[in-house]
Amino acid sequence: MATVAVEVVYRGIFQKTLARNIVRSIVFAARKEGKIGTAFGRYGDSPERNGIPAKQFAIVADDAEELEENLARYEASEVDVTINVDDTMCKGIESWAWYGLQPINELTKPGGTLIVTSRQEADDLVQDMHQKDSPYDLSIIRSTVSFSGLWVYKDDHTDVRILGNLCRVCPQLVSLDSMLEAIREQFDNETKVASARRAYDLANVRPVEPGEGNPETPFKFELPGWKEMEEGLVIKAIDEGTGFRGGEEGYQPVRNSVFKKFSTRSMRPIVNFETCIKCTLCWLQCPDTCFDVTPDGLYDANMESCCGCGVCEAVCPVPDCVTMINEQHFDDNSSQYEAWQADADGYKQWMTNLIDVQKQESRTHGFHHVGGYAEEIAESAQPGGDN
Amino acid sequence: MTTTAQPALFQSGTEELISGSEAIAIACALADVDVITAYPIRPYDTVMQYVAKLKADGAFDCDFIVAESEHSQFEIVKHASAVGARTFCGSSGVGWFYAFEAITVTAGLRMPVVAMVGNRALDDPGAFGVEHNDAMAVRDLGWMLYWVATAQEALDAALLAYRVAEDPSVFLPMALSCDGSFLTHSQAIVNVPAAQQVQQYLPPYDRGRLQLHPDNPITVAPQVNEDWLMEIRRQADEAMRRSVGVIKEAYAELNEVFPSSSFQDQPSPFIEEYETEDADIVIVGMGTLALPVRVAIRRLREQGRKIGFLRVKFFRPFATEEIREALSRCKAVCVVDRDYSFGSPSYGGVLFNDLRSALYPLESRPHILNFIAGLGGREVHVNDVNEMVDITQKAVDTGKIDQETTWIGVRE
Ligand code: SF4
Ligand code: SF4
Repeated sequence: MATVAVEVVYRGIFQKTLARNIVRSIVFAARKEGKIGTAFGRYGDSPERNGIPAKQFAIVADDAEELEENLARYEASEVDVTINVDDTMCKGIESWAWYGLQPINELTKPGGTLIVTSRQEADDLVQDMHQKDSPYDLSIIRSTVSFSGLWVYKDDHTDVRILGNLCRVCPQLVSLDSMLEAIREQFDNETKVASARRAYDLANVRPVEPGEGNPETPFKFELPGWKEMEEGLVIKAIDEGTGFRGGEEGYQPVRNSVFKKFSTRSMRPIVNFETCIKCTLCWLQCPDTCFDVTPDGLYDANMESCCGCGVCEAVCPVPDCVTMINEQHFDDNSSQYEAWQADADGYKQWMTNLIDVQKQESRTHGFHHVGGYAEEIAESAQPGGDN
Repeated sequence: MTTTAQPALFQSGTEELISGSEAIAIACALADVDVITAYPIRPYDTVMQYVAKLKADGAFDCDFIVAESEHSQFEIVKHASAVGARTFCGSSGVGWFYAFEAITVTAGLRMPVVAMVGNRALDDPGAFGVEHNDAMAVRDLGWMLYWVATAQEALDAALLAYRVAEDPSVFLPMALSCDGSFLTHSQAIVNVPAAQQVQQYLPPYDRGRLQLHPDNPITVAPQVNEDWLMEIRRQADEAMRRSVGVIKEAYAELNEVFPSSSFQDQPSPFIEEYETEDADIVIVGMGTLALPVRVAIRRLREQGRKIGFLRVKFFRPFATEEIREALSRCKAVCVVDRDYSFGSPSYGGVLFNDLRSALYPLESRPHILNFIAGLGGREVHVNDVNEMVDITQKAVDTGKIDQETTWIGVRE
């Protein structure tokens, strides 16, 4: 067997324990088969920030020399399986360590598998994911986002469901029996063993063809050489006057290209410019200084900077004036203020619709209606994907 | 200082999936360390987190003091060591520097404190990646300095450290340097010896007549001037010289007591040689650099290139004789520094200049080239190693060195 590498892409802190359980279990299971392995986090993500994308890896090899080829690295160069435990990251991930935007499938080998926990349909997820020029498989595990993290550990079996699914889609890694044995030893819980076995049985894949998916070129930072880089650790601000078209046109949202940060969020705020009382609280409290002041004194959240923390929603004193919406509903980072200026009625309709949808959904803030839990459990027991 | 009951968790040997930092924390539990002080800074903080966990789990009974700064952190262990407590602490990057006054005094007073340095670039910028300059800063002060390459070695070296540092003929502090990320944040399979084996290996720390205790009235560290100081320095110098023999003995015994130690196939405690026997070019480096270098050497050997690697484990004491002996056979030496020393001879790194000075008395000296690589935690890849080997090979072929120090992997 050659070396097999698996990465887990997760939301920092909130899903840290989940990711850790997955990569450690892989190494333990491989150990049962006399193989050797390592588990490590991508150091650039550390110390993890709440909700900011992070990665952990498990690498398994037949012997120490083979494993050595993959050590002393931040990331594996390619992986047999990518596991994404929050489907909003299908749009790409951005570590706080200024790595730029990485497509979720960037490290997935040709012919490899991307496992995603999601309630979305495969076609919708494929649309979010950047195109690759080699084929791979998408395997969906029906689930809401699992927050089995550092502070709160929600033992919803997502870890073992993923491990069961993994043994099916990547049989060269370890056998199901070894995995079940490792799960039994670590968690001492037969229900978790049963969950893993069930996930193995339910696993299916949807092939993703070369060229399928989002055609955009992912955002990258320019990395200057030492001769061109400014000395003394200085970064120039954007030119004075930039950000204003001048005169009547006035306002134009803009951000320093080296300080952009946007794909880290799982939700984003939308603003009702008609009910805003211009109290400035969102502008004052936003930790990323996202709010641009418009010529008429309104506040437009700049989506090239927003990390999705939700502080603006929490501090806004006007009901439903700032509402956090699941990131999956947006395709770009364009200015809400400009959209509202161009077509106030259209904007209002779009916004009201999104707020309605959000109220039906159960992202991060728990279940939105009585019985939501029972529905999700039933759904989790179904095979994932379209086929 | 009362000795506590042996931790129940480690009654029998186990196999654990742990990082280098966690391995050191477990070594502290096995060594039954009395006083551990902590102050968080990445990547060292992974040790204090695991010590706290072991203590919370009831697996380790020690006084665990989270100080308000690194300076206090190191002051506390220094004092605890004076009263006869076995101590552990550590830091990284500028945190280590913030404690520097206490760090110099610890060696000056001959306190056998064991510290872990999670190697980290110095600020600014606040980068977390590995550079060796932080630990290197104590190289002249009487601290023994050991560079670790694997998680298993981290555990083994920590046990060795207590045995050597606390030997009454040494009584010097020892720092275990662990590359940030590659050791501190990477989990590997580690064999943990049984607590009983460790007890057998590690006698209790006995400070004897130097112990600060009501039953042994003494004054520690009176003010002295030029009429005393030179003798004090000479004593520390002699202790460092004596440590060489103590290290050899302690190392041999460690290998007897722990059959699963990483040292089993390494005859020397000071250096590790890999394929050096017939090598034309020997690469020299420290820490986890060993991993990509060994991979590169295996591939180069497949092409018939005679390349070897010498890993310096103890930087202090520096194994002058052994290193001379090992490098006298080759045509060229390629020293890789994960550190810098701006304005130094040849604008080279710290390891390079020490090594070159060690080889100077040799009758026939190999060419010595220096490469600065992997700063700030930048990965050193197999092709970087190949590049260094090729530049060195050119010096061998032409008989002359175009450039003594070359930066590898830097964007021009
Ligand atoms: S969610 Fe609101 S407060 Fe948080 S970063 Fe985005 S705009 Fe700022
Ligand atoms: S907090 Fe709400 S009301 Fe106040 S300025 Fe911001 S959007 Fe307007």
